[in-house]
Amino acid sequence: MTSCVDFINTLSPCLVRAGWNADLANLLSLLLGVVIVATVPLLTVILLIWIERKFAARIQDRIGPNRVGPYGLLQSLADALKMLTKEDITPSGADRILFNLAPIITFATVVLIWAIVPFTPLHIGADLSIGILYFVAVGSIGAVKVMIGGWSSNNKYALLGAFRTIALIVSYEVPMILALLVPVLMAGSMGMQDLTRAQGGMWFIVMSPLAAIIFFVANLAETGRSPFDLLEAESELIAGYNIEYSGFKFGMFMAGEFMHVFTVAVLTAVLFLGGWWGPFVDQVPALGFIWLGLKTAVVYLFMLLIRNTVPRFRIDQVMNINWKFMVPLSIVLILLQSFLLRLIDALGLRPAPELANDLLANLPQTLVLLAGNLVLGAIFMHLLQRHGRTLREADEALAVVKGEAAPAGGMAEA
Amino acid sequence: MIELNAQTIAFAILSVLVLGGGLGVVTTRNLVHGALWLVLSLLGVAGYFVLLSAPFLAAVQVLVYIGAIAILIVFAVMLTRSMTSLGEVRNRQWWLSAITVILLFLLLAVGIILPVWGRGAPGEVTSLSATVGGAVELGEALVAGDGFVLPFEVASILLTAAMIGAIVVARDEEDEGA
Repeated sequence: MTSCVDFINTLSPCLVRAGWNADLANLLSLLLGVVIVATVPLLTVILLIWIERKFAARIQDRIGPNRVGPYGLLQSLADALKMLTKEDITPSGADRILFNLAPIITFATVVLIWAIVPFTPLHIGADLSIGILYFVAVGSIGAVKVMIGGWSSNNKYALLGAFRTIALIVSYEVPMILALLVPVLMAGSMGMQDLTRAQGGMWFIVMSPLAAIIFFVANLAETGRSPFDLLEAESELIAGYNIEYSGFKFGMFMAGEFMHVFTVAVLTAVLFLGGWWGPFVDQVPALGFIWLGLKTAVVYLFMLLIRNTVPRFRIDQVMNINWKFMVPLSIVLILLQSFLLRLIDALGLRPAPELANDLLANLPQTLVLLAGNLVLGAIFMHLLQRHGRTLREADEALAVVKGEAAPAGGMAEA
Repeated sequence: MIELNAQTIAFAILSVLVLGGGLGVVTTRNLVHGALWLVLSLLGVAGYFVLLSAPFLAAVQVLVYIGAIAILIVFAVMLTRSMTSLGEVRNRQWWLSAITVILLFLLLAVGIILPVWGRGAPGEVTSLSATVGGAVELGEALVAGDGFVLPFEVASILLTAAMIGAIVVARDEEDEGA
């Protein structure tokens, strides 16, 4: 274990063996870990902005940034410089302290989540026993920053934007937490490393595709991007809660948003796509970082695809989807999933502990869970279809009534 | 008597957060500021839970009290714009609330002081448990017959009743005809 190949987790034993003071070595390795965990996502964001702009440009039949550096790679750096040199405006009547606090909280809450991301079997910031709950708790602070930012700007559009955002965040937290319970049920733990390890035989997305979809969609809403970008809604609200921010503070909001999307991609990969699992991870743990990176990239690109192709929902549609479809579905899903897991135990389909990472040994229980998920999904889709048909028929009936009434009523109604 | 180690220092910092936040809540004229001071204070309480080796409760504290309740308070305050800066410090019920608060404080103080320093108190100060209280133990204690199943169920009935009440209060009267 304590070879000097890996660092962070195994750095301090190496240094002690090389004759360092144990406390100093511990402090140094901890400090290094914190710096890396806090900086790497931040630097990745610079690249992600470029990827996002290129991706959006291709979908819209443009070329995208191509002037600064090779393939426009340095465009984000130029943008960052531009933001740094812009005037820092504080609106009159703004609450100065809170106004300055909001961007910092935005940033801190996203960076904090990275403390529990398991990069490889050995490397994780802090393997908390309540890892997943920590993510939810830190994420819930995100609502505070929106509130502070929207209120302290002393701008009614910002306040309206903040209200919408909070309504969205608070509502979609419900199905997200319920969906998170499904992996916890299957892994029997809330620790991020335990959750990843439990996916050695089969990824959770196969064992419970519904939970994966609910988690993904709910998180998409939490990031506040299209199709859930009605908090931005240029035509109605101009820009949402961060309308009054300029310069570097706006940059922090923007980077925070990009990082949030990136974080969601990582968490989806960790919780449902097997995290660092991949070929040869047993021999070379550091490979896990690459597998996790690949899976994250797939999820991230999928999110970009959705962002650039799906039109915006209305606020009532967003709330209807959440409260009348996703919340009931996730509650039923938890009941079903716990029942199926009991059934699997009773039938003896659960693989033996030494075969837990074997694909074939995991197949029986996977099939049972997958079948349950598909049946439940089919039932809910059928209900949705029927509901849609009723709505449509009601609309048509209304149109018929109006069509008949129009000549009789004349211009009075208009 | 009191050792100076990392835990003591952390306790001191958290106490400053909790008490300072609490002081901020009652002294500020601005209700939004008051709600945010409350967030700070609650964050300190979450830190206490971490010190007491109860990370689950710490996370729940942040999730429920900051993520839900504090947000709700801020939300309500912001919707009533004229309430954000109050000129008046006292209203007609100030003496009633003062009596309630003093009684509550005395009750809590007695409740804490008696078991620790009163008769029948343990001779030495009990040190903090080193075992981390996990979610499993908590969950079992909540639903076990000899545990806390009755208070747990009573609390859930209370919450359900509150939720139904909120729906009834918020329901649009005109909808009933349709």
